[in-house]
Formats: sequence, structure tokens, C-alpha cells
Amino acid sequence: MTPEPTPLCEILAGHDGTLGPLLPILHEVQARYGYVSEQAIEEIALHLNLSRAEVSGVVGFYHDFRRTPDQRPALKLCRAEACQARGSEELAAVAERLGAGRVRIETVYCLGLCSVGPAAMIDEQVHARLNRSTLATLLEQRA
Amino acid sequence: MRICVSDDALAIACGADAVVRAFEDAGHAVERTSSWGMHWLEPLVEVDGIGYGPVQPADVPAILAGEAPHLRLGPVADHPFIAGQTRLTFSRAGRTRSLSLDDYSDTGGWKGLEIARRLTAEQVVDEVKASGLRGRGGAGFPAGVKWNTVRLAEGARKFIVCNADEGDSATFADRMLMEGDPFCLIEGMAIAAIAVGASHGFVYIRSEYPHAIRKMEAAIRLSAALIAPFVIEVRKGAGAYVCGEETSLLNSLEGRRGEVRAKPPLPAIEGLFGSPTVVNNVLTLAAIPFILREGAQAYADFGMGRSRGTMPIQLAGNVRYGGLFETAFGITLGELVDKIGGGTDSGRAVRAVQVGGPLGAYLPPSLFDTPFDYEAFAAIDGLIGHGGITVFDDTVHMARQARFAFEFCAAESCGKCTPCRIGAVRGRETMEQIIAGGSDVEDRLALVRDLCETMKVGSLCALGGFTPYPVLSAIEHFPEDFRAPAQVGAA
Repeated sequence: MTPEPTPLCEILAGHDGTLGPLLPILHEVQARYGYVSEQAIEEIALHLNLSRAEVSGVVGFYHDFRRTPDQRPALKLCRAEACQARGSEELAAVAERLGAGRVRIETVYCLGLCSVGPAAMIDEQVHARLNRSTLATLLEQRA
Repeated sequence: MRICVSDDALAIACGADAVVRAFEDAGHAVERTSSWGMHWLEPLVEVDGIGYGPVQPADVPAILAGEAPHLRLGPVADHPFIAGQTRLTFSRAGRTRSLSLDDYSDTGGWKGLEIARRLTAEQVVDEVKASGLRGRGGAGFPAGVKWNTVRLAEGARKFIVCNADEGDSATFADRMLMEGDPFCLIEGMAIAAIAVGASHGFVYIRSEYPHAIRKMEAAIRLSAALIAPFVIEVRKGAGAYVCGEETSLLNSLEGRRGEVRAKPPLPAIEGLFGSPTVVNNVLTLAAIPFILREGAQAYADFGMGRSRGTMPIQLAGNVRYGGLFETAFGITLGELVDKIGGGTDSGRAVRAVQVGGPLGAYLPPSLFDTPFDYEAFAAIDGLIGHGGITVFDDTVHMARQARFAFEFCAAESCGKCTPCRIGAVRGRETMEQIIAGGSDVEDRLALVRDLCETMKVGSLCALGGFTPYPVLSAIEHFPEDFRAPAQVGAA
């Protein structure tokens, strides 16, 4: 999927005058296309008067930005200490198996739901007190 | 009949929206309020002040018929978990609708800002200094001293940056404050702007908190006229834990890789875009309206030693009564874990608690008489950090937790300092060898200790510098887990 040039221009123009616009632009690009393409990096760099390497370096630094498309829904499963203490590691293995390639299972370190873990987020929907069966239902609904 | 259900992300994650729909289907309107912070009771429903929880949609008819004695909690405000707290920063939690300007001003909102507007910048700073408020992000630096540095710094423009990159596991107080009482944070930032002469503020919120981002953006729109000419905008993080470190956060705001900057120059002198910048945690700024409204002394009257005021403590992990407990400094760790938290949720024995997030020490119950205070925790080689406590039961394997500390550091290191970037990877590998067992465990442990020493003194920020805390505390307090790999944790 290659981004159409017009919408990217719109995104870029929408941030003229923004202080430190690169992260807001990347978030918008990622939200619209699902990833940040090489072409987008080039156009952003040109627009902001940065080198491609600078933009590329920023994209690569942050866990949120993807450089390749992936249309599958992403389940962000928290595997930080508080969720570990409530059994997230066992669930992580289950999630990989149940997701079976239809859902991208991502590790996230903390969703701020630390007293009711294991917790996960899918498409900005949060879920707590997960166990094998609720996780299975969740993956079934989204896959 | 007044029915209230929280719209906090945690309540929603526990199923609050479905409960609300069940009430609506039964013909009752529901007010969405902030969360009381009693998380084991979520979704918590309040009917004319009487609490019920945790509620499932199927319980709704019984609640409406007054026939749900097993869920009935009595008046929520009188619940021992709430009555036992000193809520200064979280005084509105559970009681107000987060985006209601009326609810906010009816509960003392904007009074602190009105008072600050009548004072000189120096008087506002002096008030914050006198309160004894220390940075709640973890470092505990006196807020008034930082503000004064920015006030006196030369600069054509100055910034207020709110650090809402709450990445520590076991912490959710920033999230709850932003979702539940966003105007309080806005008021605190507006007061800070008066104190230092700033015109522009940023709230840098981690992307893992979409609900908090939406609430803050809405609250900023609603209150823009009240804080003008000061303007605030929300910036979304992008999943980098290290951006909770203030200089890395500033780089991220500027659109760069979130790499840590060397200090000096301090951000107070040369911060965002090279301008003098106040960088404060959410809880620091949210404590400000109370201090201005009620006076510095009213705040300083709480606490112990050099830790003044209250700390919103977060009980998390395998804990029976998890949630937010705001209290004066000085309460002991044991009171928090055993008495207030009720021990583990699994019902097994408490084996360890980690205080202060992924960079905090693992402590055994034998240290539970330690008072919650910056200095007291430093004395036992720990830190209170952002006030999160993760409880673990006796199935925890501490060598694996030490391994995880290195793994986390390796995943989140910004890469600037060699001890952190490479040391974390080597530490994880060495811990894996220790966990696998063998005859040279003592040598490996010596290596880990040596590595920790290098990371401690050779890293610019707390990520590399404090990763040794969980590792070394686990080795010191739970040595048996580093020598008998097969047995421990098998249960």
C-alpha cells in the first residue's frame, strides 16, 4: 500500500506552525496508513528540511512506529512486573498460540491497569483481569 | 435516583460500559464520574451515594430492586479504604464528573489560580518552596527551587512541560488524575506559568493512555479561556519508556530520538528548544492548586522529615485490595501491603514487593517496617520513585525478576550510554546462565555485581543507573533463588 500523495501533503500542511512537528506528523501518518513508508519518510524530510536519516532515525527509535504494513489487528499485552505478578507470562504463551497469526501479539510495558492485570489493549479498547478464556474470546472476536 | 459509574480506563477495562448499558436499558440515566481508586471493586456503581461492586450487567436488576446485599458496600465515602486516606491531590476522585467545569469550580477549582494571579511570581514560588513539595516523578527534587531557577533564567520564551509519560509498572496515579480531574492539572500548570513567566505548556502523555489523552484534550479546550493567555497542548508519546526521563522527553517533544541529554545545562536553564523550562510530573503540578488555595503550611503539615505533604501511593500486582491510596509520608510499607492492601490476591504469602517501578528495589517482608519516605528508602538501597508498589506472592522466582530488570533495560535503553546499552544485554545473558545453574554461579554473580557497579556510575540517566536496584536487591534479599534454580517458583 503506497500512500496517495495528496493526503500526506494535507497532514504535513496541518502541522505548519506546530512546534516540534515530527512526532505528531508520524503519529498521523501511522494512523492513516498503518505504517510509515520510505516514501512518507522522504516527503516528511523534505517538508521539514531534515535529512532522510534524521526522520528515519526517529521512526526507528520509537516502538509505536512501524516501517512495514501489517493489516492485522494488534493486541498489546502488558508484560510488565505488576501484570507478571498476576500471571501475564502464562497468558503471553497462550496469546501467541490463539492469535495464530491472525492477530499481531505485541508486548507492551504497562497500560496503567496494574491492580487488575493481566491487562491488554486492542484498538485502544482496554481489557483487564484477563484469563485464558477471556483472552480467547477477545482474540476470537477480533481475529 | 442518581446512578454513578466511573468512566476511568480501568473501570472500562473491567466492564463498566456494559454495566452502564444495562442501567440505560432499564430506563435509568447514568452519570460518568471519576474513579474512587478502589480497583478491586470496579466496576463500582453508586446509587444515591450507596456503593455496589464489583458489578456485572446481570446484577443491575437486583441493584435497582434494592436486592443486592452481597454487592452492597454502604456509603462509598465512608468505606475504610477511602476514610483512611488523606486526599489532597485526589480530593475529587470518585466525586465529580471529570469534564464538568461546574463540578470543578464547585469543589474549590480555580481558587488557587485566582490567588496566584494576585501574587507576584516570586511570591508564588515562595509559597511552593514553603510547602516543601518535592518532584513526584521519582527524583524528589524540591519543586520550588526548580521553579525559582526558571523564574530567574533569562529567556525570550519559557515553557511548562508536564511529564505524563507514566511508564513505571504499578503506577497509574497520573493516568487517574488526568482522566478524573484534568482541570486540576491544567490549573497547576497555569499557576506554574505565572510563577516563571511561561506562555506555552505541553502535556506529554504516553500513547498507552488513549483515554487520558482524550480527556486532557477535551479539558484543555473547555478551559482555554480560563487560563488564557497561557496555552497548553497535549503531545502523544510513541512507546519509549526512556522518554519519562526529562531530557529525553524534551528531545522527543522537539521531534528527535528520545535520547538522554547530558546535564548541565539543566532544563531549567536550557530546556525545550533551548529555552528555560519547568519539567514537572503530573502529581507535582496537580498538588499546586491545593497549596495555593489552602496555603503552603496546610500542605507542609502532612508528612515526615524532608518528605512533606501527601503521596498518592499505588497498590498493584498480586494484591487483594489494589488501587490508589493517598496518604501523608511516613506510613510503613507493611501497613500499606498487609493492612491496606490486604496481602496477596492469590491468598498466598507475600514474598516480595517492588517499590518504585521497574528501577525500584525488590524488598522482603522483613523490611516492611520501613516508612514511606524518600530518605528512609534511600537508606535501604531503595527508592519510592513514583509511588508504585507491586506485590508478588511466594511463587515468584527472584532470579527471573532480576533477569527481567536487565531485559527491560535492554529493550528500553535509548542507546546513548554504553553501560546501559550493552551492559543490560550482557546482564540478561549472565542472569540466564545463573538461572540455568551450574558450578560457576558465584563467578557469574560477581560479574553481575561488577556490571551493576559500572551501570550505576557510568549511565547518564536513571534507566541504566537504577537498573542495578532491582537486580542487586533481589540478589541480596533472596539469595536462595540464585542458587537453586529447579525448585523455586515451580509451584
